[in-house]
Amino acid sequence: MTIICINCPIGCRMDVEVEGQTVISVKGNNCARGKSYAQVECVNPTRTLTSTVRLVDGPMEALSVKTSRPVPKTKLRQCIRELKGVEVKPPVKIGDVIARNIAGTGIDMVSTKDIP
Amino acid sequence: MKAVDVVIIGGGPAGLAAAIGAKNAGAGSILVIERDSRLGGILNQCIHNGFGLHTFNEELTGSEYSARYEAMARDLGVPVLLNSMVVDITPDRRVFAVNERGVQELQAKAVVLAMGCRERPRGSLNIAGSRTAGIFTAGTAQKFVNIDGWMPGREVVVLGSGDIGLIMARRMTLEGASVKAVAEVMPYSGGLKRNIVQCLDDFGIPLLLSHTVIEIFGKDRLSGVAIAEVDESRKPIEKTRRLVPCDTLLLSVGLIPENELSKMAGVKLSPATGGPYVNESFQTSVEGIFACGNVLHVHDLVDFVSEESEIAGANAAGYAMGRGLSGGGIPVIAGNGVRYCVPWHINPDNVIDKISLRFRVTGVYRNSRVSVRFDDNQVFGRKSMILTPGEMESVTLKKETIAKLASAKKITVSVEEG
Repeated sequence: MTIICINCPIGCRMDVEVEGQTVISVKGNNCARGKSYAQVECVNPTRTLTSTVRLVDGPMEALSVKTSRPVPKTKLRQCIRELKGVEVKPPVKIGDVIARNIAGTGIDMVSTKDIP
Repeated sequence: MKAVDVVIIGGGPAGLAAAIGAKNAGAGSILVIERDSRLGGILNQCIHNGFGLHTFNEELTGSEYSARYEAMARDLGVPVLLNSMVVDITPDRRVFAVNERGVQELQAKAVVLAMGCRERPRGSLNIAGSRTAGIFTAGTAQKFVNIDGWMPGREVVVLGSGDIGLIMARRMTLEGASVKAVAEVMPYSGGLKRNIVQCLDDFGIPLLLSHTVIEIFGKDRLSGVAIAEVDESRKPIEKTRRLVPCDTLLLSVGLIPENELSKMAGVKLSPATGGPYVNESFQTSVEGIFACGNVLHVHDLVDFVSEESEIAGANAAGYAMGRGLSGGGIPVIAGNGVRYCVPWHINPDNVIDKISLRFRVTGVYRNSRVSVRFDDNQVFGRKSMILTPGEMESVTLKKETIAKLASAKKITVSVEEG
C-alpha cells in the first residue's frame, strides 16, 4: 500500500509491502523515522480521538474528552457513536473517566477540561 | 489610579507564560487583564491533541495545555482581572480597562502585549456573491462546536488549508457533517503534513491545491459555492469553474496579529508580520512595552509561544525593577528566501543568555541551507531537506556566538544553496 509520512513537511510517499501482520519492505522514505512510521501505520494504525459530550446541570457548554490512549483508526466512528447520549454532571476534572472501554477497545474516554 | 509593576494584556498562552516569567523573575506586583470570562484564550476551543510535545514531552489537548499553565500561574499567586477589556494604552504606560465596575485606570512600570491574533474574515478575500448566512471563519465554527456544543452546518466546504481549517474538516466530519472539499489557492498546503493525513486523507476529504472559491450563492442561507482552479499568478481559470452545493463555508485563510492597542501606545509595527518590531528582549519601539506570542508574529506551535513569552515577561519584570535596556542594536536582516525574522535587532549588551531567531521562509525550498551571517561571516549553518512557509524555523545563537557580534554592522538570516 502507499502512505504519506507525517513526520516532517517533506511528506514522503512510501510504498509499503505488507504480508499478513508483517511489513516486508518500505520504499520511498528518506529517513528511519519514515520506516518506523510505515511499520506502525500499515499494520495497526491508531489515533487519539478527541470529541465533546453534553454537560448537564452545569455551565452552558460542552465537555471536551479524549481517548486515554490512541485507539485503532477503524474504531473512530464507533467511538463517536457511543459518545452520543453520554451526559456528564459537574464537577469534572481533567483525567476523569467519562466512558469506559469505548467501542470495546479496552480504552477509556477521559475529560480534558476542569468544570467545577 | 493603581500602580502595578507589570501589566499583561491578555490571558491566553502568551499572557500566562509572560506572567509566570515575570513572577519568577521577581516582579513585585503584576496583573493579567483578560477580556473573556476565563483564562486560556484560543486553547479553550482547541480540544484536539498535539500540544506540549516540546514543553512537557507529552501530547496534550489545547485545553489540557492551558490548564497546566493556569495552575502554574495560580500556584505563583498571579492576580487576574477577567471580563475586562483594555481600551487604551498610552506611551507612558497608563492602561485603561473597562469592566462591570466601570473604567479601571492603571499605571504600569512595564506592559506586556499578549493580545494574540484574529482570523482573516471574508471581507478581506473579495469573493463575489451574496452575504448569506452559513459563512464562518474556521475558528468561529470551532468555538461553536467545541465550546458551545452545536453544529454550524451539515454540508461543508473549507477555503484555505491552514491547520484550523484541516482540524475543523475532521471535527465536523466526525460530528456527522459531510465535508465536500478543502480548497487551497497555493500549490502547497499551509497546514502540517500530519493534519493533511489525519484530518483529510483518513476521511477521504479531497484537498484541492491551486483552487479557490470564486462565487458564493444563497439567499437566506448558503446554497453553494463555485470553485475554480487558479493559474500560476493565482487568477481563476474560468473553464475549470464548477458548482459545489453546500450550506456552510469555513474560512481558514490566515491570521492577523491584533495590534489596535499597540498602535494606541505608539508601538511601531512591521508590515511583514503585522506585529511590533522588537529587540532581543522583546521590547517594542516604546520603552517599557514588550510583546510576545501571536500578537508579535503568528506561531504554529504553542510551545514556542510559551517559551518566548516567559522570556518577555522576565524582561518586563527586569525593566520594572530598574534593569534598563540599552537602546539601538544590530539589525537582523531577512535575506534571500526569508520573509521576516524576530527579533528585528539585537543589542549584545542586553543579552543574558542564548537568543532564538524565529523566521519564516518565502516559499518551499528543498535541499538547502539555513544560514546566519554577521556581516559576511557565517556563524551558523544548518542543512535542511525541506523548508516551507507553513513551518516556523528557529535558530539559536549561543552567548559565545553573540559575543562576536560587537563589531558587526548587520545580521543576515537567509536560505542558501545546499
